[in-house]
Amino acid sequence: MATVQILIAGFGGQGVLFAGKCLAYKGLLEGKQVSWLPSYGPEMRGGTANCSVILSDTPVGSPIVSSPDVLTVMNLPSLEKYEHAAKKGAKIFIDSSMIEKQVSRTDVEAFYVPATKMAGELGLHTLANMILVGKMIRETGMVRFDDFEEGLKKVVSAKHADLLGANLTAVKAGYEYFTERK
Amino acid sequence: MAEKVLMKGNEAIAEAAILAGCRHYFGYPITPQTEIAAYLAKRMPKIGGCFLQAESEIAAINMVYGVASAGKRVMTSSSSPGISLKGEGLSYLAGSDLPALVVNVQRGGPGLGGIQPSQSDYFQATRGGGHGDYRMIVLAPASAQEMADLTIKGFDLADNYRVTCMLLADGTMGQMMEPVELPAPVEPSVGKPWAVTGTEGKRRHNIINSLSLVPEELEQLNFARFERYAEIERKEPMWESFMAEDADIVVVAFGIAARVSKNAVVAARESGIKAGLIRPITLWPFPKQPLAEAAQKAKHFISVELSMGQMIEDVQLAIRCSRPVTLCNRVGGMIPTPEQVLESIRSANRR
Repeated sequence: MATVQILIAGFGGQGVLFAGKCLAYKGLLEGKQVSWLPSYGPEMRGGTANCSVILSDTPVGSPIVSSPDVLTVMNLPSLEKYEHAAKKGAKIFIDSSMIEKQVSRTDVEAFYVPATKMAGELGLHTLANMILVGKMIRETGMVRFDDFEEGLKKVVSAKHADLLGANLTAVKAGYEYFTERK
Repeated sequence: MAEKVLMKGNEAIAEAAILAGCRHYFGYPITPQTEIAAYLAKRMPKIGGCFLQAESEIAAINMVYGVASAGKRVMTSSSSPGISLKGEGLSYLAGSDLPALVVNVQRGGPGLGGIQPSQSDYFQATRGGGHGDYRMIVLAPASAQEMADLTIKGFDLADNYRVTCMLLADGTMGQMMEPVELPAPVEPSVGKPWAVTGTEGKRRHNIINSLSLVPEELEQLNFARFERYAEIERKEPMWESFMAEDADIVVVAFGIAARVSKNAVVAARESGIKAGLIRPITLWPFPKQPLAEAAQKAKHFISVELSMGQMIEDVQLAIRCSRPVTLCNRVGGMIPTPEQVLESIRSANRR
């Protein structure tokens, strides 16, 4: 891995910033150079939220991801906004319980994960983001899965320590979710 | 070595201020710098410090004046429109020779503008902001680590020279998280015999004042102040030079624009164009010397800015207009892409 540019997008409240933060912290613990840049301001309140995460072996230049290697979308406006920005050969992760539409490009790899539905079935409401994180790790190998908990501990505040287990269950469910490559 | 933690740039400033011995913060909320206030609101009471959300930016800067007069390290922070409100206070701080750290996490303007990143307060920061003949030392961080390091440096410089130091960041730098290795706490090393701390009957009382109605005296005060400014210009310019030694095309950029430009310079080198980057870390004093040296070999300069072209004037002055300087910019909260900067480099190389 030289540099992986990741863009995670969805509605405000779906946890896209948190998902990105988990990946960034895990990357940091693995000794990578990392940056995490959120969208901020009015678009966070009901509109689309996104975050740029860069994991690299070399110092990160621009922290802005405009053409991602890895794109994760949790709502339709985000798919429509960023699908064509993704690099050729990019891996695109789609919460297929939120987005009925399929990726129209043929030069990317798409992974459809019904993350929101899965989260509901597992009693992990609001953790669709972490299911997608699990799937992203499985398909990209950009960070290691085995000691993911270490990164998570840095991101989950002491106040919410009781949610650590649920987050790990969600990541594991995503990691083990099988999709056929399309 | 301290553990690296992932911090927002704004949080790095706040924590570094505490490490620098700052126990007084006054501010008023405004995006995109609010995390500084939020962080200090939590931390200051726990360490015996003072966090105060003032009734306005103007009140906050005058509270800064008060604490600085008493010889304590003090900070305020705001974003572009809020800094304009502080303009009068900045001038009074300068007129009274008071050290303080003022943070501007810039957003697009003019007026209320927007809340997305910008660098269009360059003139305001480097040319004054308030009235009268004065300068502020202006530091331009380009990473979360520098947000921390330059905050501490800023307090030191302010104390050393009895000037206001401005940390000029932007929305990206404030909101972005990067690994930060927090420095060890520092003890302010400069004594402040001029501070108003109570005479205890042992000395004449000190006076902190910017009013001086005798022109001959006011002139002397200005002369003395500018001697200190000249010393700052000699001793304190800071910059980073990246592949600039043999460059034909020299990109000049600070803050987020420098981060973007670095990608473009690397890409240009990969395509065989000898490009380089000089990143001013102090915007005042502007690092004239490395630019003048680069101009002896380079054929073209590009100023990359999130403004309609403000720093470009300092680039032209530094190289005495001996080479063409073009502007590569986005404004209003937009940020140039590495591709846009690369295209500017290519276009300059074809000339």
